[in-house]
Amino acid sequence: MLPFLRRRFVFFLFTYLLSSLMIFFLLRVLPGDPARVIAGGREATAEQVAEIRAALGLNAPLPQQYVAWLGDFLRGDWGETIAFRGAHNRELVLERARNSARLALVALLLSVPLSLALGVIAGLSENKLPDILISLLTLSVVSLPEFVTGLFLINTVALAGGGSPLADALGWWFPASSAVPANASFGEMLPALWLPAAAATLVLLAYISRLTRAGVIEELKREYVRAAALKGIPWRAVIWRHVLRNALLPTITVIAISISWLISGLVVIEFVFGFPGLGGLLITAIERRDLLLAQAIVMVTVTIILFANLFADMAYAALNPRVRLG
Amino acid sequence: MRSAVSDRQPRRAFAAIWRLLRALLRQPQSAIGAALVGFFLLLALFGGALAPHPNANDQSHAVRQPPTLDLGALQLGAHPFGTDRLGRDVYSRVILGASSIFRIAGLGTLISVVLGSALGMFMGYQGGWLDEALGRIIDALLAIPALLLALVLVGIIRNLDFEIGSWQAGLADNVVLLVIAALYIPIVARVARSATLDIKTREFVQAAEIRGESRAYIIFREILPSVIPALVVEASLRFSYAIFLVASLGFLGFGARPPSPDWGLMVNENRGGYYRLTPWALEFPALAIAALVIAVNLMSDGIRRAAQKGE
Repeated sequence: MLPFLRRRFVFFLFTYLLSSLMIFFLLRVLPGDPARVIAGGREATAEQVAEIRAALGLNAPLPQQYVAWLGDFLRGDWGETIAFRGAHNRELVLERARNSARLALVALLLSVPLSLALGVIAGLSENKLPDILISLLTLSVVSLPEFVTGLFLINTVALAGGGSPLADALGWWFPASSAVPANASFGEMLPALWLPAAAATLVLLAYISRLTRAGVIEELKREYVRAAALKGIPWRAVIWRHVLRNALLPTITVIAISISWLISGLVVIEFVFGFPGLGGLLITAIERRDLLLAQAIVMVTVTIILFANLFADMAYAALNPRVRLG
Repeated sequence: MRSAVSDRQPRRAFAAIWRLLRALLRQPQSAIGAALVGFFLLLALFGGALAPHPNANDQSHAVRQPPTLDLGALQLGAHPFGTDRLGRDVYSRVILGASSIFRIAGLGTLISVVLGSALGMFMGYQGGWLDEALGRIIDALLAIPALLLALVLVGIIRNLDFEIGSWQAGLADNVVLLVIAALYIPIVARVARSATLDIKTREFVQAAEIRGESRAYIIFREILPSVIPALVVEASLRFSYAIFLVASLGFLGFGARPPSPDWGLMVNENRGGYYRLTPWALEFPALAIAALVIAVNLMSDGIRRAAQKGE
């Protein structure tokens, strides 16, 4: 276990450093002069630009700037926000990240059981009717862009359903609008989370269910399944005790990888629903040319994704002796 | 003297593509997908001639006319999909919008597949520290979700505009195209690299090495034909993601600029309060996006399955 963990951790650190390097170079070097953007663009005078350059430490050599920037980031000093005057990047980003995490949590709680069930059903009935129906469903309806499904949900549920008996019965739970205050508590936010989470569920459904299906089909072909069946163990018991256990193990990794998909999907979903999350903030940051804020958001995202992958690999190793000992 | 083995390579590649296409059309799902993609491709190529109002920004019609199922609707002057709040014919705009999404997603995919597979084959064939280093950089790049990276890249290019103050004429329209190409080069490279690793130990490659062929010859004449099926599968997958991404970026306001007849942009322009006034101005472009995405997915899924069967 230990050598595996050590190798995995070194890989994590290496990838993290490289990613941060790339984010730094993309956002600080390529766009030309951040100082000029902060000073107000083309209209800024040379003196204003020079002053901001000095204040931001932009006159230092690039490697030195990178080290200073990464140090600041790791220490939690992410600078001041340009897009929203007077706000600090860290508070802003962490608050929105918390909201996005809530949305992601609800989406995962909805989508993981559902897509595992669909994947297992499809895998057990390979090339029969349920499998064909599920694959058609996951390929077509579910592969639609998030904004199409999101707008569909808004228009059919939130707008059309408002004032209906169902909405009256649900009362406060009816998802009328997702544009909630950014600092609302989880309980206050919950009704607003249903619809965006449903849209996000569709993002994950296709991906997780198809990989689960492949895992089940592969496992069913193993010799031990035939041996168990020939020995007279009831088929149901073979499936539950042996096939699913082995087939669902890689799902841990799949879910971790799908976090990256989910984050991409959430950017669009938060924008469509007007939900105060990290994705919506990134769009605002880029629209208002707030590069430091955008940088902080992308760094936080990459941190989450790399940690999710690290955690998944460790969980997988803990559960699978072949990896642990190999 | 060329050996018989190496002469067979290119022909085998064409045969493989042909087999893929035939297998694709034999499956009902993917045949439907391919037919729909073909239909949209025709719209993209000949949209200017097919649209009743070839000027996408023609605001000369009555505003907010609902769609009509009138049989004479296809005549010039009628609006089968209605008109939007500015009096533009939605039917014509949907038809005209096909060309930009195909051009951007198609060319972006093409560029990424050509450059990415060249890079990947080089990495796989060369091996050594260069392959290792490039591989790590690709891993790190892929840790950033595609849409986030796309948004950041579009933002950077727009920032250059802000900075310099003048657009290079063609650049503005091609930002998303370039971003898609840049985004998918590493992904394609990874696929091409692993396919190359399988091939490079084969006898015909070793034979070419012994003959003293150049590296470029071995990569493009010996290895390329054998990795083409894998690249075709990857290209179709990339194309379907590219369509998705173009539509999403357009919707987020990071793609085409108004008043272009971009489907994603049209959906964005007609949502919220405008949806109550002219729901059709949102629904038809959204339907077009949905149909195209589903069609491309069915097609690329068929290509993937056909390739798996062929192996």
